[in-house]
Formats: sequence, C-alpha cells, structure tokens
Amino acid sequence: MSAPSGSGGAVRLRVRRRRGLSRGSPRSSRGALSTPWLYLAPALVVLGGLLVYPVYQLGLISFLEYTQAQVSGGEPTTFQGFGNYAELFGDAQFWRVLVATVVFAAGCVVSTLAVGCALAVLLTRVRAVPRLVLMLAALGAWATPAVTGSTVWLLLFDPDFGPVNRVLGLGDHSWTYGRYSAFALVLLEVVWCSFPFVMVTVYAGIRAVPGEVLEAAALDGASQWRIWRSVLAPMLRPILVVVTIQSVIWDFKVFTQIYVMTNGGGIAGQNLVLNVYAYQKAFASSQYSLGSAIGVVMLLILLAVTLVHLRLLRRQGEEL
Amino acid sequence: MNLSRLRVRRPWRLAAEASALLIAVAVAFPLYWMVLSALKPAGEIESSEPRPWTLTPTLDSFRRVFGQQEFGRYFLNSLLVAGTVVVASALIAFLAATAVTRFRFRFRTTLLIMFLMAQMVPVEALTIPLFFLMRDFGQLNTLGSLILPHIAFSLPFAIWMLRGFVKAVPQALEEAAYIDGASRTRFLWQILFPLVFPGLVATSVFSFISTWNDFLFAKSFIISDTSQSTLPMALLVFYKPDDPDWGGVMAASTVMTIPVLVFFVLVQRRLVSGLGGAVKD
Repeated sequence: MSAPSGSGGAVRLRVRRRRGLSRGSPRSSRGALSTPWLYLAPALVVLGGLLVYPVYQLGLISFLEYTQAQVSGGEPTTFQGFGNYAELFGDAQFWRVLVATVVFAAGCVVSTLAVGCALAVLLTRVRAVPRLVLMLAALGAWATPAVTGSTVWLLLFDPDFGPVNRVLGLGDHSWTYGRYSAFALVLLEVVWCSFPFVMVTVYAGIRAVPGEVLEAAALDGASQWRIWRSVLAPMLRPILVVVTIQSVIWDFKVFTQIYVMTNGGGIAGQNLVLNVYAYQKAFASSQYSLGSAIGVVMLLILLAVTLVHLRLLRRQGEEL
Repeated sequence: MNLSRLRVRRPWRLAAEASALLIAVAVAFPLYWMVLSALKPAGEIESSEPRPWTLTPTLDSFRRVFGQQEFGRYFLNSLLVAGTVVVASALIAFLAATAVTRFRFRFRTTLLIMFLMAQMVPVEALTIPLFFLMRDFGQLNTLGSLILPHIAFSLPFAIWMLRGFVKAVPQALEEAAYIDGASRTRFLWQILFPLVFPGLVATSVFSFISTWNDFLFAKSFIISDTSQSTLPMALLVFYKPDDPDWGGVMAASTVMTIPVLVFFVLVQRRLVSGLGGAVKD
C-alpha cells in the first residue's frame, strides 16, 4: 500500500470547514450534497438507458400484437391487453417448459452447492500442493467459456468418438436423444463450470473463521459433520445465502449450454428452458410479443427470488 | 489452518489429499481432452477407439480454423469488446460504489435495493427490446451493440461487490487526506482508487467472463455483418450438429479459452481474497 503521494512536506493546516461535522455522522458532509449524485450519474445513465428502459419496453411489447408485420411497419401495432398472456398460459408447452426450467435449475443449484461446499471443506483438510492443484483445476473449469465447455462435453459424450461411452461400455448410446439424459448431460456441464465459484467463495469464508472456534469444538469431541452443521454453517450463513442466490439466478437463466448442447432445445423442443423458449418464439418464429411475455414471467419469478434474498439480508441485520 | 494439522490424523489426511488430486484430474480432464483433440490429426479424432494421447500431434486444426475464417479478426473483436466493458464498467462502478458507501443522502438505500434487483434481471429476456433499441439507433451489426448492454449488465454486480472494498478503507484516511489539503477528486483517484484496486480486479473477472462468453447477444445483434462477429459465433461455424468438424471446434475452443485462463491465473490470488472480502463485509 503506497502512501498517498504529494501529502509529504509541510502539513498545511487548512482545515476544511465542511469536515467540522459532528462525530456521529462522519460520512455526511454539508456543501457536498450533489457529489454523490455526480459520482452516480454515469451508472444511472447507463442503467437507465440499457436496463430500465428495455425492461419497460419488454413489458410494453408483451401487451402488444408484435410480429414480423409490425416490425417491418406493414401493419400498425395493436394493443392486446392480456391476450398474449392468455395465449401463453393456454399453451400446454409453456407449462411443460416452466416445470422443466424450475426442476432443472433446482437440480443444478443443489448439485453445485453440494459439490462446491464439499470441495471447500476438502480444501481445508489438505496441504498446500494438493490444494493448489485442485484450485487451479477448478479455476480452469470456471474460466472455460460456456460455448466451449458445451462443445467439449458434447465431444466427451459423443456416441461415436467420445471417450465416456467407450469407458462405460455404452456402445453408441446417444446422450442427447432422450429427454432426461440430455438434461442430465447439460446439468453435468453446468455443475462443472459453476461449482468453482461456490468452492472458492466458501473456502475463503471458512478461512476467515477463527481457528480457536473450530479447535474448541474439536476438543469438545464434535465430529466433522457436527462441526460443519453446528459451527461452520451458521457462521458461513451470509456467504451461503449469497452463493445460493447467485446460483439460483445463474442456473435459472441457463441459455448457452441448452442451446448448444441440445441444438436449440432438443428434439421437438423436449429440452427447452424458458430462456431458450423465449428466444425461439421471438427470433425463430418472429412472435416477439409472446417472447416478451415469457421474459416478463421470468422477470417476475426472479423478482420473487430477490425479495427472499432481501428478507434474508434483513434478518441477518445487515445494514445496506 | 493449524487446526487441520492438529486434528486430522495422518491416514485421513493422505486419503483427503489423494481424493483432492483425483478430483482435480477429473475436473481438468475436459480441458485436457479439448487441447488433445485440437492437436490430434484428423483421422485420430474421428476414430471409434479414442485414445487419451496422441503420438503425432499436428497444428492442422488450428491452421484450418485460422485459414477458413477471419478468426484473428474475431479474436480481436472479442478482445476489444471484453476489454472495453471491463475498463468502463470498473470505472463507472467504482464511482457509484464510492457514492453509496461514503456518502449519506436521500434514496441511498432505495438505490442499493435497486442495484440488487437490477442484478436479478434476466438479461436474456431483454434481448428482444434491446434488439429494437439497437436497430433504432443504427447499432445493429456493430461492436457497440455488444459493448453497451454488457456494461449495463455488469454494473449492478460490480457496484454491489465493490461496496465492501470501498467501505473497508478507513474514514480516518479520508479525513487525513482532506486535512492535508487534498481535494475530493484527488482523494478519489490517488488514494481511494489504488486501495480499492484488488476489489476492482476481482470484480472485473466477472464482467470479463460474461462478456467474453456472450453468445446470445452476439447471435442476435450481429446478424449480417460477419466482420463484426465475436468468437462464440465463429466457433459454431465448425460445429454442425449433424457432422461437426471436431478438430476445428476443439482448436477454436482452445483459442477461445486461453485468454480467459491467462486472465484467471494472473488474478487468482486477488480473486480468492477479493471474494472473501466482499462477502465477509
């Protein structure tokens, strides 16, 4: 940490009057009311234009009749009210995709957390060299872009040229043909590339737990599992909440893996998740309003997750 | 941890270490297979007896990848997009995080909650309105159509994460700087910025990866001008679901993965401490 440059030399005793505020609120400074807004301005402009406005547009389009004819200007856009939603909710495929998305995301989250936490604990049990090796391997998986990860896993499980079928003696069994085996394959890839975030974060958290606490528990005769459940897990709660919520958000929005590995949603759309479904509706069949309605449904589901997150943060008494 | 040395008995530790190494091999195996397949000669990849080694490594697949397309150009495009997003979002997020942690003002908590909620917005769902927005501003088929949304989408997480780092810089330091006559701007850039830098690095990993990996926007916004393509789209040229050119796909995948790996190895230490710091906060 370098000393602030230029502060050497004679201390100029030009105490600023605006710093002379009471001890109680050192952060507030009179005469600088506009400063935070000045600092926030770039972020607010970017977020307003490229996040808030598109969200508004998304909502708007979902209430309109908006297909290729309207996009090219051939027909005027008409207000549909909840017509698009009625069409969507009346479609059996939508419900199937919704259920598949929730189950798939839940499977990914649970597996990712289990693997990530188990390996984080394992990391604390080993010496420096194995730890570094495992850490580097995990960072490699984490760094792999979703597209390349997907193609590599497809090659590994390829019915003709892949090593996995060879080793397991499965012949030319196709993993992407059946609905569940295709989902399982994507799940494996997702867990592979997302457990490192959980592992590294939880490991950093465990390292921050004072050693004496664990020692005391060990001296009292607590088993490994007991230490994890009764000492570590409660102390790591804030971290576990963060990684769980992040995983839920990421896994609910999986797009690339499904798109690449099941070739756009699988045979007859059997492997569609909401994101890919919305994309196909909008960009493959030009039903932009239906695609937007699906987007709104996703938005609302994730909004609910956010509210749960905020609740949990509040209960921890964390000050925002 | 001394604790593990204290308590864990020797055979148990050896078993743990053996399994750690085995797991590391399993985790790294797909990456190994990727590089290996990229180096195998054509006949060996498409063989029904895949071997975990090759005796005749060749760069043919790489040559094909770079020869068949303007792969170098796509690589530069990807680098340009990701680099711009990382720098721009880091600077903007730094300013915003400073505002929400070192000042008290009206709507501060509201803003924080809004940043948190913005993080949850499924950006993929915004592809449709963004597509029309980009079209109206004539940005389709330009790199700008990839850069701008990614800056916006990496900001909320970056701000949320940097908060902890900015908070950790003691208030006394700020007071001292002002007493020494530093201006607000000077404090911001010459004192706070260097101190928060490790946090910026940890944060930039996330924006770099999400931008470098982006497939959906690249696919949706770069529709006709392939000179503006980025790597993920170029890679899929070699992947035809019925008859993929595995050698080409794996060579392209290797080229696409290496920059991220390098970036990760460079920031590895800061990432681990950074994540710990941010979450502990």
